Amino acid sequence: MGDKTIKIKVVDVAKIFGPHPKRAMKMLKNGESKETIHAETGTTVGVYNANFEINAGEIFVIMGLSGSGKSTMVRILNRLIEPTTGSVFVDGEDVAAMNDQQLIELRRKKMCMVFQSFALMPHLTVLENAGFGLEISGLDKETRNERALKALEQVGLDGYAASYPRQLSGGMQQRVGLARALAVNPDILLMDEAFSALDPLIRTEMQDELLKLQSRAQRTIVFISHDLDEAMRIGDRIAIMEGGRVVQVGTPEEILQNPADDYVRAFFRGVDPTNILTAGDIARKSAVTIIRHKGEGPRTALQRLISHERDYGYILDSERRFMGLVSTDSLKEFIDNNGGQDLNPAFLPEARAVQRSESMQDILPEVTARPWPIPVLDEEGRYLGVISKNQFLRTLQRGHEESAKAASAELSQEDKTI
Amino acid sequence: MKLKLLNFEEQVIPLDTWIQNGVDWLVSNYRDTFQVIKVPIEKTLDVLQWSFAFLPPFVLIALLALAAWRYAGKRVMIFTILSLLLIGYLGLWEDTMITLSMVVCSVLFCAVAGIPLGILSGRSDRFEMILRPFLDAMQTTPAFVYLIPVVMLFSIGTVSGVLATIVFALPPIIRLTSLGIRQVHPELVEAAVAFGATPWQVLRKVQFPLALPSIMTGLNQTIMMALSMVVIAALIGAGGLGGPVVQGLNTLEIGLATIGGLAIVLLAMILDRITQGFAKAR
Repeated sequence: MGDKTIKIKVVDVAKIFGPHPKRAMKMLKNGESKETIHAETGTTVGVYNANFEINAGEIFVIMGLSGSGKSTMVRILNRLIEPTTGSVFVDGEDVAAMNDQQLIELRRKKMCMVFQSFALMPHLTVLENAGFGLEISGLDKETRNERALKALEQVGLDGYAASYPRQLSGGMQQRVGLARALAVNPDILLMDEAFSALDPLIRTEMQDELLKLQSRAQRTIVFISHDLDEAMRIGDRIAIMEGGRVVQVGTPEEILQNPADDYVRAFFRGVDPTNILTAGDIARKSAVTIIRHKGEGPRTALQRLISHERDYGYILDSERRFMGLVSTDSLKEFIDNNGGQDLNPAFLPEARAVQRSESMQDILPEVTARPWPIPVLDEEGRYLGVISKNQFLRTLQRGHEESAKAASAELSQEDKTI
Repeated sequence: MKLKLLNFEEQVIPLDTWIQNGVDWLVSNYRDTFQVIKVPIEKTLDVLQWSFAFLPPFVLIALLALAAWRYAGKRVMIFTILSLLLIGYLGLWEDTMITLSMVVCSVLFCAVAGIPLGILSGRSDRFEMILRPFLDAMQTTPAFVYLIPVVMLFSIGTVSGVLATIVFALPPIIRLTSLGIRQVHPELVEAAVAFGATPWQVLRKVQFPLALPSIMTGLNQTIMMALSMVVIAALIGAGGLGGPVVQGLNTLEIGLATIGGLAIVLLAMILDRITQGFAKAR
């Protein structure tokens, strides 16, 4: 943590689209709004007064709604869009001041981009697509095929080298897009809403994939997203943009705790509920519970999980005290090893329950760190329900009064053990 | 006296006279220059005509049949062989070879000029805006209008026929090349630029290969247009399959005109099927 080196430094960057950038800049300095400027000069403010630093090896998420300027911002980093004013320093060199040759070198060696629409070449095979960046920088065919194949291996697509992009699913196509960038082995990855076009399940899978890749080779990743869930899931730090301005930069927790202004607060749908609501308030009895009794063994437990289409089961004793957590996988393994009737060895060792009095803020790390819904217990250790990531986020997105009401209403409504 | 506002009977712009004088002036002062312009076309045409005349018919039939089989399948191959045999037995082999060399020659020049022009107009809105009225004029001006000045400047004969054909057949390949370039998704161009491609690399590695099917369709259309000019070119002494048609019309020999027309249609179908197959194979 101590030796943070700054990889990208954005200084006073502005981008004005349209005919009168100078006039618009002056008006901006006088504090006129984006709308007035557009009405008077016909120019559009893309980005204004952007200042932030991105550390080497971190995943930096730029988050904002559509029209907030985040896509413009990322394109200014590799100068696909020329900034009107300001500087972007990458390893100390100002990208905005580079000549064509230096810029091409930067894009070929240091900074690669992954696109929302994948942007794969339909006339090239998966292998040729993965090697596209290398082909552009003039590498010979043998070397680039070798490196492209390695990149495809990293994303688990080496078996599809000879296919064409149209033969692959969306998730696989974006893996090719990722491989195309990885093949170049750049320091910096720019990911422009890279997973937004994918369906939610595949999106989560790709996020995991990205985190896995990141754990192997520390790159600096600039990730553009409009999705709060995604930003919190993968971001080491988040910058929130609104109307072309960067309104806040910080770790997800910092932003959640101290939103800089109303816009940021609105992003989290009203007042931050995490300090007010406790685990007990939002726990739901939506999980499969397994009460320990003589007839219950691993096979019946597994059968119940499968028939309810759940991956995790919560083992309670006859007093409804929480004993442990099993998953379909752990049960299967247990059965395969012929472990007998006692379920204890099948418990997931990392599973931890939280108290109902703990605030949402306190349980956040546990909720985000675990794939399973977190069990919530009362003072006597009795099982109250679970909190899933989804439930947690949905609560964040509501106003606190509303959500408190809704949560307690839901609690009584859904009070039926499956 | 009553003021007439729109007196079209008496107030006439003498544009026709100006053009007449302009062309006369060009002919009397610059005819030699225009004669030089036609040299490359003349040379190319000579080589083509000589080769087609030199090749024994069965070799040419075999070559076209092979191309048909390779790019368009067995049925087109059989059709090609039968059509060419029929043309031969109708006594039109020599005329067909002249027409074929004229078509090949004009298409060659159309491609050489048209593909780069199409690429430029595909990449620049301003260039396309300037080019478009010219293309419209080339496609819609009745050929007879420019045949006379062409003859006055370049004299009669096959070369002038080829020139008139180029004027008429050039627009489709320009238009379809431009369209092909414009249809390449902007994200793909952006992706190439983001990976450090130079403008030339963007053209060579992304835009051109993706526009190729459209360019091939343009080439196919250019060939069809060139064939349709054959009869008109014959009016200025270009020879080839237009000859029997014009002669038949002048002397009311319906039969002669019809077999000339039939041969043109057959040749058109053969070339169309082969080039279309070629476009698809890419």
